[in-house]
Amino acid sequence: MATATVVEEQRGIEKTALITGSEAIAVACKLADVDVITAYPIRPYDTVMQYVARLVSNGEMDCEYIVAEGEHSQFEIVKHACACGARVFCGSSGVGWMYAMEALTVTPALRVPLVCMVGNRALDDPGAFGVEHNDALTVRDLGWQLVWVDSAQEALDTALIAYRVSEDRRIFLPCAISCDGAFLTHSQALVKIPSQEKVNEFLPRYNRADLLLHPDNPITVAPQGNEDWVMEIRRQNYAAMERVSDVMREAYADFERIFGRSYGNPFFEEYQTDDADVVLMGMGTLSTPVKVAIRQMRKQGKKVGFVRMRWFRPFAAEELARSLKRFKAVGVIDRDYSFGSPYMSGVLTNEVRTALYSAPGPKPPVLGFIAGLGGREVTVPNVEQVADCVYQAAEGKPQPLTRWIGLRE
Amino acid sequence: MGRLFAIEVIYRGIFQKTLGTRITRGIVLAAHHEGKVGISFGRYGDSPERNGIPAKSFAIVADDQQTLEEGMAKYEPKEVDITIAVDDTLCKGVESWAWYGLQPVNKLLKPGGALIVTSLEPPESILEMAHRKEAPYQLAILKGKASFSGLWVYKDDHTDVRILGAIAKLLPDLFSLKSVQKTIIEEWKDPIKAESAARSYERVTTTTVKPNQGNAEVPYKFDLPKWHEMGEGIAIPCIPEGGAVQDPASLASGGFRPDRNPTFKKYTTRTMRPVVNFDTCIKCTLCWLHCPDSCFDVTPEGLYDANMVACCGCGVCEAVCPVKDCVTMVNEAEFANNASQWEDWRKDKDGYKVWLEDKIKTREVRSHGFRYRGQYEEQVPEMLEIAKQG
Repeated sequence: MATATVVEEQRGIEKTALITGSEAIAVACKLADVDVITAYPIRPYDTVMQYVARLVSNGEMDCEYIVAEGEHSQFEIVKHACACGARVFCGSSGVGWMYAMEALTVTPALRVPLVCMVGNRALDDPGAFGVEHNDALTVRDLGWQLVWVDSAQEALDTALIAYRVSEDRRIFLPCAISCDGAFLTHSQALVKIPSQEKVNEFLPRYNRADLLLHPDNPITVAPQGNEDWVMEIRRQNYAAMERVSDVMREAYADFERIFGRSYGNPFFEEYQTDDADVVLMGMGTLSTPVKVAIRQMRKQGKKVGFVRMRWFRPFAAEELARSLKRFKAVGVIDRDYSFGSPYMSGVLTNEVRTALYSAPGPKPPVLGFIAGLGGREVTVPNVEQVADCVYQAAEGKPQPLTRWIGLRE
Repeated sequence: MGRLFAIEVIYRGIFQKTLGTRITRGIVLAAHHEGKVGISFGRYGDSPERNGIPAKSFAIVADDQQTLEEGMAKYEPKEVDITIAVDDTLCKGVESWAWYGLQPVNKLLKPGGALIVTSLEPPESILEMAHRKEAPYQLAILKGKASFSGLWVYKDDHTDVRILGAIAKLLPDLFSLKSVQKTIIEEWKDPIKAESAARSYERVTTTTVKPNQGNAEVPYKFDLPKWHEMGEGIAIPCIPEGGAVQDPASLASGGFRPDRNPTFKKYTTRTMRPVVNFDTCIKCTLCWLHCPDSCFDVTPEGLYDANMVACCGCGVCEAVCPVKDCVTMVNEAEFANNASQWEDWRKDKDGYKVWLEDKIKTREVRSHGFRYRGQYEEQVPEMLEIAKQG
């Protein structure tokens, strides 16, 4: 391995290494034998480009590694390379992701299965390095698959799954893997590195097929379309996104079969929900303080559970609603904001409410909590405070629909 | 519900953009002097325009706001009281670059509506171009050359006000000549223009076009595919390379004809077309090299035949040809079909020579575009004279 500290435990041919979430993504790129990688530094994503650069310079990885002059070019280059049949990777953070926005909008429209990593970072201003989810969420309506992971292991595994699903001819949509800045990108953890043989078994070669941009397959890509064509083109993307769920389930099932590691429901993780009265929800690394708080609260007899949304796009609305209707109340912790949106809640809260509204059966109250912005820690007491509010709602005591947690007030 | 009026101006993209806008704007303002309300707009799908491509401007006018909204609910009117073609070659049809197939110039005309054309041609020539219609309509020819009034130049030959004057005569329920003149004074502050409108009002005459009178050609059209029939990823197959050309006289094959877009033909985007003298061609290749639309087919003997499926009528070939009268641009209204000139020449060289000399004898100045600063100012007096005589 390319890292300074490697704990080599021989478990079959699987190795264990002490690496960061960013490094785990870099390792996934190596295992996926990515052809073209573009880079432009912005913290915390830049850790990935550093690790990839090291793999390339050490001769461990063979790819075109292009440092672009900005994020817009960075994402345009991989988009074009991917259209020419190359497996590609890139990534960014915060305002860097925003600078690439035009390229981000055309990538799903052109059905380019670009896989990238977003090191979640607060959008300027003020200049801040810490995590907020608003950066990646800006593309939520455009045809991107969006996933939030909460461990380095999950980052590696999800990157492999992302290539498998995105590059499936039925899908051909880009995927952004969100990793919380600092908590995941900069923290080393023990990660199982699968063998190349198993990865090869899991991940077929990328085949651009009929959409390959090559002199032997003369096609014109992205002509002017106007009102006679645009709706039909958007409808095709709708159909592709509609197909993701099934392809995703196939991929997770195969992942379990080949690697022997299971993620259960691909779309969201449930923690201690079986007997729960109320549940908390959230995305990314806040799962750790939430789980710890739940264990403590359970000692006090409070039956609190946790649902961590993994895939935000596609959003498993029906399945989530089926799960949530079992509980007396739901508290969603958003590491993002959506100013002026319904009830001024965060983005995830609004989606959860929408999912429940149209589902049959009981509709528990959904409380929104905005916490951990700009990289502020979400503490165990914060989570307990959230759970208290949710319990009060469950007991029928009116609660504000949106509340800020961990704010100096 | 009050009465709803719809009028369209069909113009050549870029070249006549401002003319189209001024006419539809003038219509709304004149109608407003009689208490009516209205809107004036250009078809959005036409913009950004391309040189010479048929484009449309509309005026929707109503007795009251609610009726106007009924008209506005259909963004592009489905039928019009008057169609105005400010370039007679547009009577061959309308192929916007935003949608496909060929629409007859009179397609939207209501039964009994009026088609106003600015032209020096007689009605018979216009009807050779304009497609047949089941219902009768009126044809009014406003004597004049196609005006030019694009983005940067306005050739003030009074075409705009003459059309407004003619409308007052043909559709008096919309507005009176008095309202037109009031608008002209307010908008253009030019009493001479008001006079031109009055002259046009007095002199405009119409011919009744009978059902099924006109061009018998079946307009080209095709069906748009459903979303699941289309290729994904906004990727469309390239047009195949093409192949050899067959000589109709010797039946020998040779040369090269590129395949072309099967659904977008450029028959109506031209105001002029090149006429080639194959007897004097020295095969220098310059027309073929310079043509921005690759419209020249290479014949088995190495001559260059302008293919009318692809020719936009830009005139570059005429400009670069080093041989006198070998390539000559001729007004599109002079041609009844889009046949290959080379094939005609191969079949009957003497006959072709007679045909060619007849076509090129008038030596027209290009109908759109200008070659030197001040050229329009020189042309305006002549145009005004035609308007006066009109």
